[in-house]
Amino acid sequence: MSGFPIVSLMIFVPLVAAIACLVADAPTARRVALTATLIDFALGVVLWTQYDIGGAQWQFTERAHLFAGFDWALGIDGIALMLIMLSVFLMPICIGASWLSIEKRVGEYMAAFLLMEALMIGVFAAQDLYLFYIFFEAGLIPMYLIIGVWGGAERIYASYKFFLYTLLGSVLMLIAMLWMANEAGTTSIPVLMAYDFAPGAQKWLWLAFFASFAVKMPMWPIHTWLPDAHVQAPTAGSVILAGVLLKMGGYGFIRFSLPMFPQASAQFAWLVFALSIIAVVYTSLVALVQHDMKKLIAYSSVAHMAIVTVGLFAFNVQGLEGAMIVMLSHGLVSGALFLSVGVIYDRLHTREIDRYGGLAINMPKYALFFMLFTMASVGLPGTSGFVGEFLSLAGIYQLSSWVTAVCTTGIILGAAYMLYLYRRVIFGVQKNADAAAMPDLDTREWLMMVPLALAVLWMGIYPESFLAPMRADIAALDARLAQARPIGDSKLAAAKAKPAAPALNAAGAE
Amino acid sequence: MELMQALRIVAPEELLSVAGLILLLVGAWRGDTSSRAISIACVAVLAAAAAMVVPALNSGALGPDTSAFFGQYRADAFASFAKLLIYISAAVALIVAPSFFERFRAMRAEYPLLILFATLGMGIMVSATDLITLYIGLELNSLAAYVLASFLRADGRSAEAGLKYFVLGALASGILLYGMSLIYGFTGTTGFAGIHAALAVGGGSGGVGTGALFGIVFMLAGLAFKISAAPFHMWTPDVYEGAPTPVTTFFATAPKVAAMALTMRVAFGAFGAQVAIWQQIVIFAALLSIIVGALGAIGQSNIKRLMAYSSINNVGFILIGLAAATQQGAAAMLVYLAIYVAMTVGGFVAVLAMRDAEGAPVEDIAALSGLSRTRPWLALALAMVMFSLAGIPPLFGFWGKFVVFQAAVAAHLVPLAAVGIAASVIGAFYYLKIVKIMYFDEPSGRIAGTTETSHKVILALSALAISPLGYLATRWLDGLTMSAAASLFHPL
Repeated sequence: MSGFPIVSLMIFVPLVAAIACLVADAPTARRVALTATLIDFALGVVLWTQYDIGGAQWQFTERAHLFAGFDWALGIDGIALMLIMLSVFLMPICIGASWLSIEKRVGEYMAAFLLMEALMIGVFAAQDLYLFYIFFEAGLIPMYLIIGVWGGAERIYASYKFFLYTLLGSVLMLIAMLWMANEAGTTSIPVLMAYDFAPGAQKWLWLAFFASFAVKMPMWPIHTWLPDAHVQAPTAGSVILAGVLLKMGGYGFIRFSLPMFPQASAQFAWLVFALSIIAVVYTSLVALVQHDMKKLIAYSSVAHMAIVTVGLFAFNVQGLEGAMIVMLSHGLVSGALFLSVGVIYDRLHTREIDRYGGLAINMPKYALFFMLFTMASVGLPGTSGFVGEFLSLAGIYQLSSWVTAVCTTGIILGAAYMLYLYRRVIFGVQKNADAAAMPDLDTREWLMMVPLALAVLWMGIYPESFLAPMRADIAALDARLAQARPIGDSKLAAAKAKPAAPALNAAGAE
Repeated sequence: MELMQALRIVAPEELLSVAGLILLLVGAWRGDTSSRAISIACVAVLAAAAAMVVPALNSGALGPDTSAFFGQYRADAFASFAKLLIYISAAVALIVAPSFFERFRAMRAEYPLLILFATLGMGIMVSATDLITLYIGLELNSLAAYVLASFLRADGRSAEAGLKYFVLGALASGILLYGMSLIYGFTGTTGFAGIHAALAVGGGSGGVGTGALFGIVFMLAGLAFKISAAPFHMWTPDVYEGAPTPVTTFFATAPKVAAMALTMRVAFGAFGAQVAIWQQIVIFAALLSIIVGALGAIGQSNIKRLMAYSSINNVGFILIGLAAATQQGAAAMLVYLAIYVAMTVGGFVAVLAMRDAEGAPVEDIAALSGLSRTRPWLALALAMVMFSLAGIPPLFGFWGKFVVFQAAVAAHLVPLAAVGIAASVIGAFYYLKIVKIMYFDEPSGRIAGTTETSHKVILALSALAISPLGYLATRWLDGLTMSAAASLFHPL
């Protein structure tokens, strides 16, 4: 409650800039948007450096009783902090990616993105149940406009599908929230996280929340909106969709479903695992046969999010930490992959894999970055992808060895389609003259790729920086889940150390 | 003296009737050239009447002090809230009319007077605590409305709208009257207090007698017609499309508020002892209205017809609040009605702004293509209205649905709330379609010309009210509606 309302400022700066962009002309709008997103990134860095690791659970809290029935209540813990950092890090890169490729209605485009940023930060920082819902749902409007106005050929269909699918999933969550608030007598999320609902009620509440977050994640079989939305959206739209919007589903699980309904989560864990293992294998196989680069990466997003759900419902610290790192890593890597596709799309205006080939010859620097992000997506040690996948799998193994086996298979398939994509696009002979004539990365594209590459490597080599803020919160969640934890089938136990061997010369000397 | 006190309580209605009669004479003497002046005078009269009802609202007036003419009329906080909404809607209908009708050289001095008399009728409707008073108010409103619907005498659609409204409205009034006669016959009184007491006595384990049951059902059917709830909604699309747009603006707002407030008085005041009997009917009507309103609008090509189906859809949500049958539900209905008036006023003023290069009104939805590029601010306002009607956060329209569902869940009607909110997604489809046409499609170029300043001001105020800034008003609105609901539930 004390101190400078920095989180509210992070929400209002993009809002004010959005209104300014609506009335500005194209060059001014671009500059205003870039400045606003960089200001928010700077504020995010302040937030991260000022965050007291191991301190109070909820920091930078604010509460103002402005509305009837709910409050303007904001506050972050380690999990929210990392997701907010991901959002403010990706936004300037998105603005940079749209610098030249968006020529018509630039002011409105920038306004939509800035509004998106404000809403994303609001989702992760909201400490009131209905405030969360309002921010969560409000994100549909700007995304609908971004896909529908500046998207590809099938954008109208994709925008409708995205909007109506996500809306239908979330409306039942509102009824569940109304019931919860009525029952518990409060709309404060920290209080509700510790409230014990009756197991019978938990079942319905969990299912209602699941409907919403499963569509958002997305989980198989309600993932079908994602390939269309990702492919038809403009490059920056795909980056923010894959980078942050999907994480809202995972955030929902870790903030609501797990702590508020622990018994129901354990009861329905089998459902989550079943859908996740199908998703990992099925979407990886579908990605293997794609001709469109963006669609391939979109399907890979579904597969990675399945690893997240598997890790979240592992009911132990490794699984939860792994799931969070996969979320952060996937946000960076998938964003970077969409950006890479955008780089060559800006030049040749096609996403067909067959139209490219041998790009290592004329675009070697691009090939290098693309290699790094491909490897990160596959989960090569040294990149962020490995840390997340390893922790998730270690976590889920303690609960179910079968699920782990299938997920690992899925990861192998992930390597298959990513390497196959890389080979067809980057290696081989230069089949097409226009692809061979494409210039390498220019300064603007360098400036977008380098921070992402550095972040990916940082997370892969020293993930502790990212894990440390979240550790206490995940431990608290684990303690909350301990009562409901199912018994695993692997029955891992800590080894007993063997007694020290007698000294060699003592035994050897006869 | 009892009479003096009663006359003081009905002061707003006295003002409206006296002013209406005087202005009628002025209009007859001076002819149609005085219509603008009379419109301004009528707006002033409405403002004065609003100033008269505000004290009752602020003080949360309830109980016997507000009752006049031996319990036939009540000027409590509930009536004041409804009257305020009605006066605002009537004022908007008066302000936007002259520029519309002058194009057709059809502006008559009678238009503002008909609106004034209809408002008078509506004021009586929401204050009525007796079956006869109810009917007087209802018919005064309806007869003025029938004439207003056919105001463009030379236009075939307007004449058709007026005739359809009259025939169907007369039939509905007849059904209502028959129900009222049955209630009178089986309870022995026309006052709501007496009916409430009589039904409470006859109730308990046995429910009510068949005669009274028929009476209740017939009355609800008649009232359902007036609020255009399904399955008695059939007149709404035709009448809204055919009537001149300023009149449609009036129809979609003021009579809707009045009829809904009237239904609340009847349901909670007269039939309040037998909630179980009418709750089921209301639940059915609510769900049917939501679905019919949603599905019916999908294929429309005329914006006024689409708005008509949208109003049926919104009535369905308001009826969910009625089905909750609690004070919280009643307060939620009033909040929804207030937000609904703001949204509908904005929507129809935006429709009035749809004119082609010669200034002729355009009603095709296809003409809205690419409006965001030719008229960006108009498109933004209309997009905000559409998202608000769909109930998408952060627009204020979400709040109306929120409080209604909150009341339903608190009254343990969770499956109703779940089905209702899932059905709201169907409606979202056609609201999105309007936004899609305005923002994603190529400009059609059919909508040109400039908008009057008065229209721009009303549109801006409405857009401001339904924007996220509206949430700052929730605490104030909450206080007002809770006191209004308390006065509604106060024993008669």
